[in-house]
Order: sequence, then structure tokens, then C-alpha cells
Amino acid sequence: MLGLADGWVAAAYILCLLSSLLCVVYGILNWNKGDEPVSDADRQWAKEEDKLEEEL
Amino acid sequence: MDGVLLLTVLVLLYIFAIGYLGYRGYRGTKTATDYLIAGREIHPFVMAMSYGAAFISTSAIVGFGGASAMFGLGILWLPFLNIFVGIFIAFIFIGSRTRAMGRRLDVHTFPEFLGARFQSRFLQVFAALIILFFMPLYAGVVLMGATKFIEVRLNIDYETALLFFSALVAVYVIMGGLKGVMYADAMQGIIMLAGMGILLFLTFSQLGGVVTAQERLTELAPQATAIFGEKGHQGWTAMPRFGSEFWWILVSSITLGVGIGVLAQPQLAVRYMTVKSTRELNRAGVAGGIFILIVTGGAYLVGSLSNVYFFDDPDVAKISFQAANKDLEQIIPLFITRYMPPWLGDVFFVTLMAAAMSTACSQFHAMGSAVGRDLFGASRTASSGRTIGITRIGIIITFLASVGLAYGLPVMFAGTGTAIVARGTAIFFGLCAAAFLPMYIGGLYTRAITKAGAIAGAVTGFGVSAFWLLFIHAKEANALQLCNFIFGRSPLTGTARTGFILWAEVDPIVVALPLAILVTVAVSMMTKDVASDHVARCFGDATPRAAAAAGSGSAPVARV
Repeated sequence: MLGLADGWVAAAYILCLLSSLLCVVYGILNWNKGDEPVSDADRQWAKEEDKLEEEL
Repeated sequence: MDGVLLLTVLVLLYIFAIGYLGYRGYRGTKTATDYLIAGREIHPFVMAMSYGAAFISTSAIVGFGGASAMFGLGILWLPFLNIFVGIFIAFIFIGSRTRAMGRRLDVHTFPEFLGARFQSRFLQVFAALIILFFMPLYAGVVLMGATKFIEVRLNIDYETALLFFSALVAVYVIMGGLKGVMYADAMQGIIMLAGMGILLFLTFSQLGGVVTAQERLTELAPQATAIFGEKGHQGWTAMPRFGSEFWWILVSSITLGVGIGVLAQPQLAVRYMTVKSTRELNRAGVAGGIFILIVTGGAYLVGSLSNVYFFDDPDVAKISFQAANKDLEQIIPLFITRYMPPWLGDVFFVTLMAAAMSTACSQFHAMGSAVGRDLFGASRTASSGRTIGITRIGIIITFLASVGLAYGLPVMFAGTGTAIVARGTAIFFGLCAAAFLPMYIGGLYTRAITKAGAIAGAVTGFGVSAFWLLFIHAKEANALQLCNFIFGRSPLTGTARTGFILWAEVDPIVVALPLAILVTVAVSMMTKDVASDHVARCFGDATPRAAAAAGSGSAPVARV
């Protein structure tokens, strides 16, 4: 299969393609799901993160 | 001369573009947190490219690509795990919860996350020390991967190439490369995707197409079995013989260590917290899945197929392992220099610079914050100037240690045919998995994991991994010599087998991770946490006490 000698290697080959496809399909199906408004706590977290970045 | 000119122009263009994007970021408009503060969202493509560029480095392309030239396409189980575990599971099941819990606890580093979740200062320091002592190994092999390419491409000696590339990384870091500028990181990812995409296309097309190329590789099997048959090799398009030395190296060290360890990578886990919502993670999976497929799958396919090129070349007529004088990290650079158009070699030079820079920056970011925030700044009362000074010293020391390892490891393993870069990466990933994964996943998904359970599991995971590396796993035990010094033989188990288990080749992760999980669960069942309001806060329960605690803005980190 695919010029490969071993079913285990062919399985890995196909699973690579399928798992990529899974990421794409899942992402598209859930493209608009899971959105949350940015809260003050989020902004506070981001400011602290900015401070850490600056210190680095 | 034209070649040198093109290379110079490409490198200058790369440096200019990164410098420009970095400058734009420095001006305060393009970092992840800038987006968050402004209540805007980062484009999912940018987030995915940025994550992918930090995840995939010269280690994957030069190191694991070279390993693929020796072990064959059985290594494709690794990109499968890279995509399925490293992108799908990581983004959807780990990233989303890490982001939410990280924000609730107001944490900013991976050790801080673990320490705050389990209210344990010990865990925060323990995780920071693992990063500080062992991440230089990973950073060192990333430098080594890029240096090997420069050595071959510019035909200079390894030491000079290492000095050149280390200086380049140092300049980049000093110029503000650690500030995670999303567009600069994303550009590195795009360069990697384009460079590897072109290389993969040309590699297949010059051999007559995908199936024809793979058939020609299959036909070379007798060459593999003649040289590596005793170790279990059965050809480059077949898995090694079940239970053989090569099978254990391929499955346990190369595939499982990196494939699973990615979930507990400190420099990657913090990136989940920078996105606005779960929606961005869902979307980022689209580009992330394609990126990993092309970049890592491409590197491994090219690595294995290089055997056909070298063997069919009448001037070489040897398999890749022999053509590169048993130096696995030389295989990809040699292959590109010898069989690809000169312009692609120059493009790939920039590709590898992008791959190394983006990962190195995320590593030095993790090591710097481990010093500045987790070891010396966790009290948040330490003076800012003192913390910055200590952080700088920490980064300099870890940088020098990384360069030292990139210099010393090729000397230590010269002529042994060891996949140094792949092994170095796998050791760090495996160690992180064994020490962090049980409490990290457990802490995200269940309230039943107690502080004592988390600590016991982490210490077990780290302790068993260290013991296994020092005394049982042949490659490291033989190189470090401690086992031989104490017991007069190395490794401790010799060549002993139990059924299909060849103990000296079983990777630490196979033993350490299950034991760490077992200990984490068992100790958690025997102990209980008293701070139920803290656990409620971690999981975002809307109880009055949890809400009040969440409003305090900082995570109490108890001492043990």
C-alpha cells in the first residue's frame, strides 16, 4: 500500500493524514463556538503578563 | 559567489523582517497580551503558526529527520502523535482548561500554574529547577541541529559554525527576541512551512512521485537488513522487528517520549493562556494540524528517502548512514547540499534559522521566567530591579550551558551513530511527561488529586526517570559512567531480556510515567486537601467564597 512494505507503517502514514483532517474538520465545525468576552480579570492577567515580558 | 550573495541577501531579509516585526511589537501593538488588553482576538492562523514554530525546531528537522534516515518510516508514528496529541488533544482538551484555570489563578508560568493549582511552593520550585537543569539539554540540541546545517552548507568547521549561530541567537535574544511578538513568531512558522513544503515536493518529484519514490525506498530493504538486520531493521518502509533493539528505540524513545511529552512542555503550555477564548484554540487547530503534518511529516519522509538518493548516486552508492559517516545530524544538510538546487539550500538555511530561533526564544523565555518569577520572584514583593538582574544572570548561565552541550555532545558520542539531537529532545520531553503530566492533567480534570498526591507523583516521575537514565538505559548510562563506577558494569541490566522487553533499550518514560500516575492516584486516595474553596476557585465554581477569592487577584501559594 502506497509503496510501503508494512501495514503498521501504512497505518501511521494514513493516521497522520487523518489526524490532520480531524484538526481541520473540528476547527471548521467549531469555528464560532467557545467565544467569551474579555473580562477585567483577563485584562489584569494580561497586564501582569506584559510586566513579566518586560522584565525578561 | 552568486550562491554566497543569495544566501547573504536571504539572511539579511530574514533578519530585517524579524527585526521590523520585533520593533513593531516593542512599540506595544502586537504581542498576545496587547490583543487581550484591547479585548481583541489574535488571528487563529497567527496563533497556530506561533505555537508550531515554538514546538518544531531544528531538532525535528535535522535531528529526527536524520533519525528517520536510519530507522525508516516507522517514525511516522511520531508525527501522528505530534498532530493528534500535540495539536488536537493539546488545543481542545488541555489548552482550553489551562487557559481558563490559569486566568482564574492569575498565573504566568508553568511552574507557577502547578504551584498555584496545588498550593505548593515546593512544586513551583521543583518544576523550575527541572526546567533550569534539563532544558539546556533541549536548547543545546536545537543549537546543534542548526549548527550542523551551517557546518555543511558553508563548509566551515563545527566549532566556528556553533560560535556563529550562538552569537546570532544571543543578539536576537538581547534585541528583545524573548518578548513573544506574535507576528514575528508567525512569520518564522510560515518560513518553516514554505521551506519544508518546497523540499518535500522536490524530493518526491525528482524520484517520480509519491508512490514511486516509496516503492524505490522499499526496494532498498536488503541494504538496511545487511547493516542493521541484527538490530531488528527490516527496511525503511517497515517497522523494526517487534521487541528488537531498533523497535524499542523507535517506539519507546523516539515516538512516545516526544509524542506524549509535548502535553507537559512548559514553554508551550503557557501559550494557551495568551489566547482570548476557547474559540481561538478551536480555530488554531486548523492551521496547526496542517503545519505539523507538512513540517514534521515532511522532514521524516525526506530523511528516509535520502537513502534512495545517496544509494543511487554512483559517486556515493551508500545508504545515508554511511554517506554521512554515521553522523545522523549531517544527513539532511548533506542531502540538501548534494541533491537539491543551490537556491533551495539557501532558502532552507533561512528555514532552519527560523526553526531554531523561534524554539530557542521560547526555551530561554521559559528558563528566564523560571529564574525570575518562580525561584526568586514568586513572592511578588522582590524588587523589580533585583529580579531583572537575577533573570539576566540565569539566562546567561543557561545559554552558556546550552552552547557547552551543543559543543560537547557531538564529541562525546562521535562515531557511535547516536541520534544525539533526537535523544536529547526525547530525554527532556520524557522527563517533563513523567514529572509533570499526571498532576497537570489530573489538576485540570479532577478535584481528587491532592497536593500530597501531586508532589509524590512528580518526585516519583522525576526520580524513576533519573534512575533509569543513569543505570538502566544503555546509551545514557554508558555515556555518564556512574553505573560503571558504582557497580562495575553498565548498564545495570546488561543485555537482559524478559520476553520481548529488552531492558537496556526501554525508554524511561515507559516505566516512569505509569509509576508516576499510579503514585499520584494512590497518594491522592490516601490524603485529602482541606482548602476546598481553593479547588472551587480553580474550577470556577460560583460559590460566594470562591468568588471572593477570585476577586483578590493573586493566587495564594502555600509553603510545604
